[in-house]
This record gives sequence, C-alpha cells and structure tokens, in this order.
Amino acid sequence: MWREIHRPVVSARQAAFLRRRRLRKYTVCAVQIILLIGFFLLWEIAAQRGWIDSFLCSRPTEIWATALEMAQNGMLWKHIATTLWETVVGFVLGTLLGTLTAVLLWWNRMISDIAEPYLVVLNALPKTALAPIIIVWLGNGQTSIIVVALLTSVVVTIMTVLNGFLQVDEEKIKLIRIFGGGKWQILQKVVFPANIPCIVNALKINVGLSFVGVIVGEFLVAQAGLGFLIIYGSQVFKLSWVLMSVVILAILAALLYEAIALLEKQILKKRAQ
Amino acid sequence: MLPMISLNDVSLSYHSVSGETKAVSHLSFSVSEGEFVTIVGPSGCGKSSILSMLAGLLPPSGGSISVNGNIGYMLQKDHLLEWRTIRRNAQLGLELQGKLTAENIAFVDRMLEQYGLAEFKDRFPAELSGGMRQRAALIRTLAVRPDILLLDEPFSALDYQTRLSVADEIGTIIRKEGKTALLVSHDISEAISLSDRVLVLSGRPARLKKIHDIQLSVENRTPMKAREAPEFRDYFNTIWKELDVHVA
Repeated sequence: MWREIHRPVVSARQAAFLRRRRLRKYTVCAVQIILLIGFFLLWEIAAQRGWIDSFLCSRPTEIWATALEMAQNGMLWKHIATTLWETVVGFVLGTLLGTLTAVLLWWNRMISDIAEPYLVVLNALPKTALAPIIIVWLGNGQTSIIVVALLTSVVVTIMTVLNGFLQVDEEKIKLIRIFGGGKWQILQKVVFPANIPCIVNALKINVGLSFVGVIVGEFLVAQAGLGFLIIYGSQVFKLSWVLMSVVILAILAALLYEAIALLEKQILKKRAQ
Repeated sequence: MLPMISLNDVSLSYHSVSGETKAVSHLSFSVSEGEFVTIVGPSGCGKSSILSMLAGLLPPSGGSISVNGNIGYMLQKDHLLEWRTIRRNAQLGLELQGKLTAENIAFVDRMLEQYGLAEFKDRFPAELSGGMRQRAALIRTLAVRPDILLLDEPFSALDYQTRLSVADEIGTIIRKEGKTALLVSHDISEAISLSDRVLVLSGRPARLKKIHDIQLSVENRTPMKAREAPEFRDYFNTIWKELDVHVA
C-alpha cells in the first residue's frame, strides 16, 4: 500500500539502507520465535532423554495434553475466567480509586501534605503482606482476592497520577484563570486531559500488579483460579498443572497489556476529534 | 474620557519563608481608549506582576486599580493545549466563560480565516510554526471580545526573525481591531515600534522612571515601518540609557 502511494525516486544507497533495515527487523523477529520454540523443544527432548526429571519439571507435550483435557471438561475455562475477572476488576478499581484519590489530594494541598509520609510508607510496603488480614476481615472468597489486587495497585496509582497533576505547567493554569475559570475548570480543561497518557500508563503498570495480588489471594483463599491450580498442583505433585497455569498467566498478561495499548490508541484517536 | 486602565499609587509585595520582596512600589499611570502602551524595564523588575494585578489574579498590597472593560491576556508562550485542534483552542476562552454560541463560533472562524489559519483549524498545535501558534493564541484572546489587551512579552519565545514579523502582524491586528493594549517587554525596539507611549520602569521594586510619547514621522505607521523612522534611533538610545543605569 505504502509503496504504491508514494513511489519516490529511491537512490541505490537509500534502497540498500531500507533493505538492511528490513532485514534487521526480520532477523530480530525470527530469532525471537526460534528462541521460544527452541526452549520448548529442548525442554521436551531433555525430559524424554531423562536429562531432567519429568516428574519434577513436567514437559511441554504433557502440559499440552493436560490443557486439552481440562479445556474439554470445562475446568480450564472456569479457572481462567475466575483469575481474569478478579484481575480486571482489581486493576480497573485500583486505577479508578487511585485517580479519584489523586484528584482529591490535588484539590486540597493540605490533605496531600498530611497524607504524604503515609503514602510513601504504604507505597514501599508489600501489599500482599496485608492479604491474610483482608481474608480475615472480608471472608475466604472472591471479594478478598479483588481487594488484595486493588490494594497492590491503588497506592502507586495515587502517587503517579498526583505527580502528573502537579507537574502541569503553572502558566497553563494561569491561562484558565485569565478566562475566569475556577478550580473545577482547571481540572477539567487542563490538568486531567494533560494526564490521560499518565493514567493509561498507570493502567498498564497496574495490570501486572493486579495479577500479583490475585495470584497471592488465590493461593490463600484456594477455591478457584490459576493461583489455586498452581498451589493445588504443587501440593499433589501435578507439575503439569502448575506449569500450564504459569504459561497461561504469561499469555493472559500479554493479552491484557495489548488490550490496554489498543484502548490507549482509541482514547488518543477519540481525543483528536 | 475615563481611562481604560488606571493605577493609583500601587504597591505589591511577595511573601516567602525567606522574607518579603517588594516587587512594585508606588506606581501610578493610566491608559486611555485605543492607546497602545508598553512598559519596559530590566528583567525581573516586576513588570509581569503589574499585568497579573490588572487581570485580577493578584491583589495589590497597596493603592488602587481600576479597569474599565473586559480584559484579554496574552502570555509569553502560546500555551495552546496540544490535545485540542487550533479551532478548539481558539474557542477555549468562550468555552470557559460559557459563551460558546453559534455567533461567537462564527466570529472565531472568521478570525481564523482573516489571519491565515483557516486551513490549519483542524490541525494540532504541534503541526504549526511558532508564529502561527502565537496568532492562534491571539485569536483565542480576541474571541472573548476584550476591550483591553494585556500582553506579557508575547513574542519573546520566538526566534528573532519570526519575532519581528509576528510583532508586526499582531501589532497591526490590535490596531485594526481598535483595542487598548498594554504590553510588557524588555525589548526596546519592539516597545518603540508598537507603542504610542513607552513607560520606563526602574529595577526592583518597580517604580515609574520616565514616560515617552512616541511620535514617529512615518505614514501609515505599522510596527515594521516604525523601525525606519528617523526618530527611532533617538528614542532607542534614550530608553536604553535609562534602563542601563539601573541594570549596571
């Protein structure tokens, strides 16, 4: 398409340059795929030849068979859906609550100054340490898992977004005030729109954090989800369950990240109209 | 006739933990309708604070200020919001004041057309040159139909060549629209070329040092032509000396 629309006169040197660039791109991509396939292949061969103990390390074909079997009896979908739901609710709520709190702290600098040392400590604290308490308070169920996931992302969201809010050019705020705009309009016309990229970034980071919260939550609650499969599988020495769950988690994380990148594009496109 | 702006014995102090800074001291002057007045002074002398007080963003510590009309304020940089198109940027003031009527929208579109931005109105600020951006910022200011324009070194962020032509353009536009204007600048030639009167301020705290009525023998005066007037040099040298004493 591109080449058909503009077909400029390309000099031999330019053509050679473009060829090198393309070649490099393909090489990178090819090596990435080869590494992935090679890893699984080596794993399989090592297990078959007895270089590694397949009881402890499982092997790709066995993982695949397990996945197929669990997909057929529906168990796999149930566990994936549980983990995915908890994660999505966790990071969406974490981002929303974090952004709202950041708005509040931006609005009232006094509250923000008071909260500052607590936020710093809470940010450094591993939130998963609170998981057992949450389970005691909210019961051994999905609510607790979602709250743990939310906790992992909310503090860092508050700090990132508030920082973004405070970095908005003072002169842009003056511009709004010149036209008689108040605090609400400063937020609505300048501070918030200027920080949409920052909030989307927080969302991206929160996907990973929320997964951590959900998996730890599922370890403790131990009813359903990929975290439950991992902990249960390791207890009954079904390593194929454990490793299958890890592989699925990696795929889910990649897909969610891509979904947010797509959302980001949509937001930027919408804003441009 | 009532002056559009008048300052009466105005003083201003800033407070910080390290102490109190006097920015403006016992300043009095006025600007009448249709007049273009420039305040020059050494940098950091409190020139911008005077505009902030006039715009009502900063209360004076002493004295009184009266402003007889709506104020439009142009800042040093254009501060166009990069996520809005030029047209939506130009409408920002109207939007903030709840005056986004069909009539006002048409007024903005007319100005965009008049000042050569019609074909860029759906583009984003990043796609425009510095001069075009500053013109868009002027339209944003003019959109709310101000009687008085406060200009805070609106050309200083531009490179020298663009700056000359943008100052010429914007000066001409302001004359044509018959606005009263108060410009703050540290550029002496810009001040002389644009103004009817130049007020020279002392270093901090700003005090009124001298007033010059600029009379140039050129026909159809525009900022660009003003620079060719025989009197231009004399004004320049006089003002330059007045400023220099206090900078040194």
